[in-house]
Parts: sequence; structure tokens; C-alpha cells
Amino acid sequence: MQWILPDGASTFAGDIDFLYYVILVITGIAFLVVELGLLWFAVKYRARPGRRATYTHGSLRAEIVWTAIPAVSVVVLGLMSGGVWNHVKGRDSVPAEALPYRVLARQFEWHVTHPGPDGQLDTPDDFTIRNQLHMPVDRPIVVHLAAEDVIHSFFVPAFRVKQDAVPGMEIPVWFEATKAGRFELACAELCGLGHYRMGAEVMVHAADEFASWTAAQAAARTQ
Amino acid sequence: MTTVAHPSEHATHAGHELPFIRKYIFSTDHKIIGIQFLLMSLVFLFVGGLLAMLIRWQQAYPGAAIPGAAVLPETMAPGGILLPEFYNSLVTMHGTFMIFFAIMPLLVGVFGNYLIPLKIGAPDMAFPRINMWSFWIAVPAGILMLAGFFVEGGHAAAGWTSYAPLSANPEFSGVYAGQKLWLLSIAILGLSSILGATNYITTVVNMRAPGMTWFRLPLSIWALFITAILVLLAIPILSGAAIMLFFDQTIGTHFFAPAGGGQPLLWQHLFWYFGHPEVYILILPAMGMVSDIIANGSRKPIFGYHSMVYAIIAIAFLGWVVWGHHMFQSGMNPTLGMGFMISTLLIAVPSAIKTFNWMGTMWQGSIRFHVPMLHAISFVAMFVIGGLSGVFMASTPVDIYIHDTYFIVAHIHYVLFGGSLFALFAAITFWYPKMFGRMMSPFWGKVHWLLTFVFFNLTFFPMHSLGVYGHMRRIYDPTQYEFLQPLMGLNKFITVSALLLFASQAIFVVNFISSWFRGAKAPDNPWEDNGLEWTVASPPPHGNFAGVPTVHHGPYEFSAPGVAEDYLPQSSPARTAVPRTEGRRAEP
Repeated sequence: MQWILPDGASTFAGDIDFLYYVILVITGIAFLVVELGLLWFAVKYRARPGRRATYTHGSLRAEIVWTAIPAVSVVVLGLMSGGVWNHVKGRDSVPAEALPYRVLARQFEWHVTHPGPDGQLDTPDDFTIRNQLHMPVDRPIVVHLAAEDVIHSFFVPAFRVKQDAVPGMEIPVWFEATKAGRFELACAELCGLGHYRMGAEVMVHAADEFASWTAAQAAARTQ
Repeated sequence: MTTVAHPSEHATHAGHELPFIRKYIFSTDHKIIGIQFLLMSLVFLFVGGLLAMLIRWQQAYPGAAIPGAAVLPETMAPGGILLPEFYNSLVTMHGTFMIFFAIMPLLVGVFGNYLIPLKIGAPDMAFPRINMWSFWIAVPAGILMLAGFFVEGGHAAAGWTSYAPLSANPEFSGVYAGQKLWLLSIAILGLSSILGATNYITTVVNMRAPGMTWFRLPLSIWALFITAILVLLAIPILSGAAIMLFFDQTIGTHFFAPAGGGQPLLWQHLFWYFGHPEVYILILPAMGMVSDIIANGSRKPIFGYHSMVYAIIAIAFLGWVVWGHHMFQSGMNPTLGMGFMISTLLIAVPSAIKTFNWMGTMWQGSIRFHVPMLHAISFVAMFVIGGLSGVFMASTPVDIYIHDTYFIVAHIHYVLFGGSLFALFAAITFWYPKMFGRMMSPFWGKVHWLLTFVFFNLTFFPMHSLGVYGHMRRIYDPTQYEFLQPLMGLNKFITVSALLLFASQAIFVVNFISSWFRGAKAPDNPWEDNGLEWTVASPPPHGNFAGVPTVHHGPYEFSAPGVAEDYLPQSSPARTAVPRTEGRRAEP
């Protein structure tokens, strides 16, 4: 059994993972209390000749205790989660300096429009690659996510990023990679018979390597 | 106030034998209708399980031929190797059959029908003919749903949630008639549920025996009553949405197609506005029946009866304001996510109240481990896991990662199999003697319970780990992704466990069928319970009660002081000294 999350590689992966472990500890305690309690009661209060069950209809004090403890726990958890949620997905959460990309999901591939050397979309140096997203490390990017046919979902497990791509909507998704290397992008929403192979790769480059790669790509396409 | 209505037709029918077809086929007797639903739903439970085995095979051995599956047609599994489009149909139909044709009718159709009149002291439902129709409308719905496998283009393949536009446009799915049959079947089945729910609500409100006050109702009846209200309010939303989607497919409307100004998220809002109450439709009756059985097995009054009733009502109410938690990553306004997260987390409170009250009921009890009790305790133990794993996905940031992974698959199975299905095994084994007049074999019952409990956990607990690794659900071939390769060993382990879990159910099937014919004759009250159903013969006659029973006690007067036995039937006139207990006045 594996309860440890695989390594994260984005700035907010640590925040999400921390919440996961907080919940794991809280639910782990509740799990042990209930399961061990059930087992203990089952053994201790098994029917034996000559002993009669205690006749009681309950205890108000007990009800208050086991109403209050979960209530307080979930409110605390909700407040902790709310902060991280706003940071990752809140309406105004996209960093101003984020490098813009456009991703169009369609059955069963990802079309990734890179901003080119000028770092801006909708300029002549943009270029589109199928099933590859190249990005710099330690710099936030924002993906303007859209879908052509059905709903897909943009899932990069290592970045703790998941966002459905919905036909008729454009949804901004931002993240900042903290490690260079190759990461997998998967479709996480059933999108048809090729859903299972709708994968792509995310290549995270060091800043200078990314700049030269981008320049080379743009040059190759203008020739 | 309690009113009693006794349709005079029962009095006239009690005397003479009905022809076979009126007695067992087109019957208006709630007990026969309950048993009809039972047999039909168990068949669908088997079908759903069989589809799950094919799914599991593919997850462990992608692309390998399934032994014996060469009999399937070329359009499903040429040479015994599943096609991706058929795999998507399997995933869709496993969920559909299990939720709409197995768990829901087992809980609501079977036990709503069978228990409500018997437990409230009524001769039958308020509307016996409507009741008959609710079953005979469900039958064609089931046939239509099965027929989808045999049409060109294959069966519906957009998931049991049928997200548009994949479900709306055959160009995207390659599925033509299958999806339409799916929608028609769901709409027709909805009518059956609505008729049933109307009947349950009317019956509970109007036909309780004298003395059966609201707070003397068994928790099973409370739960079924609240569930019926949920059904009546939730199902029309699904039916409406299904009809809209049907129109998108057939007459060119664009409710869910952006090309014509529609909105794909509208389907999700409608579906989950029905779908989350549906989750509670699938668990509240289970909770109610388990409460009855745990009190019986512990020989103790249920701990905190009033809290249990209020918790049922609280869960049912909160169930209406949490649907957005299925849509955190859907593109819905993220600010809404905050509200839905808080309402979702709050459901933990009434759920915890119920769990601790079940434990409180066992505390200082004198526990009899009969087969229903073993399943009922397992229900609590497993439901807790399903409830706790729900906290992970209620937290919106954690949900970003685990949404649409096997973590969700583990969660839903801990709730619906570990929860609802264990409760159903408890309920079926508990009320089987009343239904069929025979006892099931306790030995084979215990063997079945043990194997099911072990293999259930070996199957579904490791799925949490798959989810923690990010393993997506509903994918035909996990080996397509490098990050999923290390999980293939775990996938094989789960598949072997699942096959053993499925095989173990043969014991239940054999026990169920052979006991029907060869089981020991059941006494009126084999579990020494207090409910009114145990005061009449097993099986009860048409019309149930010889006269109108009068209720003197709450449903859980076990081990009451001053009573020789450790139980006190609700209609027993014996008075007991009712002592004050700590904190709460005892029920009369």
C-alpha cells in the first residue's frame, strides 16, 4: 500500500501535498478510532450466558462531543483548503508575468500553441506543436485551455494540475515548474474510444536552453 | 396523528385464492412486488458484476485475450480481446446497471415495498395498483437497457454520467442507437421510481397503525420515507435532462452543444443536481436497515434515536447543496467551488453522528453475531472508509490531483459496495425468513460474509494507492503511460482479488436459491425482534395483519428492565418501567 504522493514538480504541489497529508492524518485517526472501537466492542460485548445488555437510549453529552469534534475539524480543513484553492485556481490567481500558451484539445490529441520568442500569443512568431508542450523552469506559464469536440481534461500529475477542457469555453490554467525534465500530460476525462492514448509530454527546460530552443523553432518555421 | 386506512378490497381478497397470474405476476401485493424487484435486481447485480470482471481483466492484462470471451462478437472482442470502444461501453454499463438497476431497486424497490406496510402495521401500500405498475414499468426499462448491447454502434459509451457533448453527438462517440436506448430506459425507469416514491410517502404519512407515532417508527422506515422524498424531487430532474439530451440527438436541439449556443456544463449541473441526492438515495435506506439490525444484534436500544432521525434529515437536506463538488475541475466558476467545499465537508458531521451512534449501540450490548449482524457491522466499518476518503476530494485543492483517478473509484466502491451492498446482504439475510418462510444456511452465510469481506478489501483498498499515483479511471490501457507502468503489479493483484470476490458470490446465490426450497421452516420471529412484521406468519398472508395492530412501544426496546425476554415487540401490551437514562429521556 502506497500513501506517499509521488514527487511534485510545481510551486503549488507542496501546498496541495501538505493538505493531502493533513487530511491523511485526520482521517487516519478517525479510521483507527472507529475500526479499533468496532473490533473492541465486538469482542468485549459478545453475547455471553447470564449477561444482559445495558438498557440505555443514549447520552446527550456523547452526542454533543461527537457532533462538535467533526464539525470543528471540517471547518478548519475547509479554511485551510480555501486558501490553497484561491492560490491555484482562484479567478485572479494567474500571475501577471505568466508566459501565455494556448492548448486546444481534440479527439485524441493536444495542440499546443507556444508564444514564440516574443513571449506573446497571437503574434506571427507563434508556433503550434502536436502533443508537446515546452516551457521554462521557474517561470509561471498560463495555458488558455479549449476543446474542439468533447470534454477533455488537462492532467499533469507531477504538477498537481488538472483542468477540464470544455467546448465553447476558454479556461486559464497556470502553473510554474520547479524542475527541468520530461513530464507526462494525460487526458483525465473519458473522451471517446482513443481516450486512453491521449497523452502528451511536457518538456521543462532551463531558461537559456528554452530561449534558444524557442528561437530555433521559430526560425525553422519561418523559413 | 396516526390515521388508518384499510382498503376494503383486502378484506374481500383475503378469503379466496387469486389465480396464479394475479397472485405472482401482476400482483398488487406489496410483498410479492418487493420479491419481484428482488429477483430482477439480483439478476442485474450479477450482470453488473460480470461486466466488472471484463473491466478488471483488461486493466491487469491489457490486450490479452479473455478466456472464453471468443464467443463475443467481432464488434466487442475479436478473438477474445476487448476493443477500446467496447471497454468504454463496459465501464458505462457497469455503473449504469449497478446504480440504476441493482443497488437503487434493491434498496428502494425491494425493501421500500416489502418493509413499509409490514413495519407500520398497514395491510398494503396506499395505491396497490400504482405499486404494481412501478414494477412492470421497470421491466421494459431493463429490457431496453440490455438491448443496447445488441444494436449497431454498440452500447452507450460515455460513462454512467453521460457527459455531453460525447453523449450528445454520435460523430464523437461512434455510438448511435445505444445512447438513445440508454436515455429512454433511464427516463422510463424514472417513472417507475416516481410512482414508487409517491406510494411510499402516502403510505407512511397516512397508514401507520394506531400508536405508531413518528418517533416510534423504525429507522429503516424513517430512512425509506426520507429517501422517497429525495426520489420524488431528484428523479424528475434526471428524466428531464435525459429527455433534453435525447432531443439533442434526435431532433437537432442544442441544449448541450456549444455550436448551437448550448452549454456542456449544463448537463453536468442537471446530472449532478440529481446525482448527489441519488448518492443519498443509495445510502440512507442502507443506514436505516443497518440501524435496525445493529440494535437487534446488540440486544440494545439504538443509541441516540432522535439524533439518528435528525442526522438522516440533515444528510438529505445537505445532499441538495453539494452537487458542485463533482465539478470542481469542470471549468465551473472557482468561487462556487468554495461554497460547495464547505457544504460537502459539513456532511461529515451527520455521518459521524450516525457512525458513533452505531458504535454506541454496540457498546455494553450483548452481541449476537448472526449473519445479518456480521454484514451490518461490516457496513459500518466499510462505510467509514468511504466517508473518510470522501474528505480528500471534498478539499478542492486535493481534488485537483485525485479527481478522475482510481481514488474516486475506491471511494465510490467503499460507499456503494462496502456501504450499500453490505447493508443489502444484511437486509436480505435478515428479512429472507419473513419473505420466503425459510431460513438461509447460517454456516454458508458466514462463509460468504467472510470471503466477501476479505476479497472486497483486497480489491478496493489498493485502488486508493492507484489514485495516489495519479492513475486515471476509465482508461482502456494503463500501459500507455510511463508513470503508470510501475502500477501494473498492483493492477494484477486487484484483478485477482476481484475475480475471487465475484466467485465468492456463488455461495450466496446457491444459499439463496437452495434455502428457498430446502431451508429450515422459519418461525414467525427468528431473530427475536420487535418490529410488527415479526408478529405475523413467515411469510405473512395477503393483507398482512389479522386485525389492526396497536403499537405500544418504540422499535428498539431490547433488554428493557422488567421484561423477561431481552426484546419487547412493538405491539406487545406489556408495560415496562421506563427509567431515566443519562442526558436523554427514554422513549415511551
